[in-house]
Amino acid sequence: MKFLFVLFSGLLISTTVLAQEVAPDVMVKTVTNEVLDIVRKDKDIQSGNTKKAIDLVEGKVLPNFNFTRMTQLAMARDWRQASAAQQKILTDEFHTLLVRTYAKALTEYKNQSVEYKPFSLKAGETDVRVRTEIKQAGAGKNIELDYWLEKSAAGWKVYDIEVGGISIVTNYRESFAAEIRKSGIDGLIKLLQAKNKSGETVAVKK
Amino acid sequence: MKTTLPVRIKSLVLAFAAAGLLAGCASSGNPRDPIEGFNRAMFAFNEGLDSAIVKPVATGYEAVLPSPVRTGVTNFFGNIADLLIGVNNLLQGKAPEAFSDLGRVVINSTIGLLGVFDIASDAGLEKHNEDFGQTFGRWGVGSGAYVMIPVFGPRTARDTVGLILDLAADPVAHVSPNAERNVSLVLRAVNDRANLLPADKVVEEAALDKYSYIRDAYLQRRRNLIYDGNPPREPDADAEQVERPVRAEAGAAEPRASADSVAPASPVLVARTETAEAK
Repeated sequence: MKFLFVLFSGLLISTTVLAQEVAPDVMVKTVTNEVLDIVRKDKDIQSGNTKKAIDLVEGKVLPNFNFTRMTQLAMARDWRQASAAQQKILTDEFHTLLVRTYAKALTEYKNQSVEYKPFSLKAGETDVRVRTEIKQAGAGKNIELDYWLEKSAAGWKVYDIEVGGISIVTNYRESFAAEIRKSGIDGLIKLLQAKNKSGETVAVKK
Repeated sequence: MKTTLPVRIKSLVLAFAAAGLLAGCASSGNPRDPIEGFNRAMFAFNEGLDSAIVKPVATGYEAVLPSPVRTGVTNFFGNIADLLIGVNNLLQGKAPEAFSDLGRVVINSTIGLLGVFDIASDAGLEKHNEDFGQTFGRWGVGSGAYVMIPVFGPRTARDTVGLILDLAADPVAHVSPNAERNVSLVLRAVNDRANLLPADKVVEEAALDKYSYIRDAYLQRRRNLIYDGNPPREPDADAEQVERPVRAEAGAAEPRASADSVAPASPVLVARTETAEAK
């Protein structure tokens, strides 16, 4: 009886998970709107409070990102040279760096609006791009902001963001590779840690 | 043009000669950036120029002029730029885009009060981004080495030639009283720089090494622009060979210009461009 109950509740949970699976474009839209709603109301973030913006990004945005995959993409061939422990540290540090950058970008937010390009998910697709465009109030220059998502057991996860065609993940490839050539994987770890530390002091100063 | 252009070309030639001299001793192994030593020196020079003069002026400009006025300035020069954007679209065989650019100029120059208001965008005529460098790329010319040009900033060899043509054809550079021309050129430059101010802080936050961050961003951006926003995805690193079919490394010429490449006009051309771009 107990066994049946466990089995049944297990089934129930997995079906609810399936039912809850959000389409990638819907996910991007929901999270973007949620975050922008908060930024629009938050005078601290608008006036450059990076700490608050980081909290917002950590809470709302990050659960939808796959940082291991991002770090792997940025490391390219060197990823497999890294030990499991190194991979873990690298992922954490890269995570911190991207969060800071993303938070910084949020504090620069000024009345832009987001337009979502048409999106349709083909059956069986597991790797998609959701296109959006940031409309600058009045000025003619819009910025394309695209999200690359991959389907995983835990739903769709963002693994890359492209700003005007510039992938914020692969843009690190050359500098990562150069640092690894110069001073190895540990050298890269040290560099990332130093960068993130200097970011902290900047954040405190604000 | 008669007076300024030869001077500019001369200094560019000089820059290249200097670059050639330095090339032998300054290579860090990035095949796309063979004159990295020279480029880093030029980058430091440009950064110095920016932080000493350009950025303070742009910051003051942003502080003094209200946002709608700055938007008007951006639109005004953007309207003039639409002319050459149209020409380049035509050269790339994109007639509908070229006519749309022409339509933009007509609408914005009249109803938009000499371009100050971008009515055309509101009416659904999208603003494009084209220049001679992109046209060459579309024609299949490879990007060549990355070069940091004094004052103008990042380019590739191909885009440097494009820049020379862009400057030669620039309507603003042909305004007749010299004083007016100079004021226009400075105003445009300062306004352009002011538009980039918000990005500064983000780049500072993001970059481990600002030089290579900007270089790689520039190269990605240009590739994206040549494909009008739809470049084929760069081949993935072999860290993912488990999940994906084995693909060539980024440096190798590859047979991947099929699936999602754009260019309805001339797929062959794009395949060639892409091979060139991947080098």
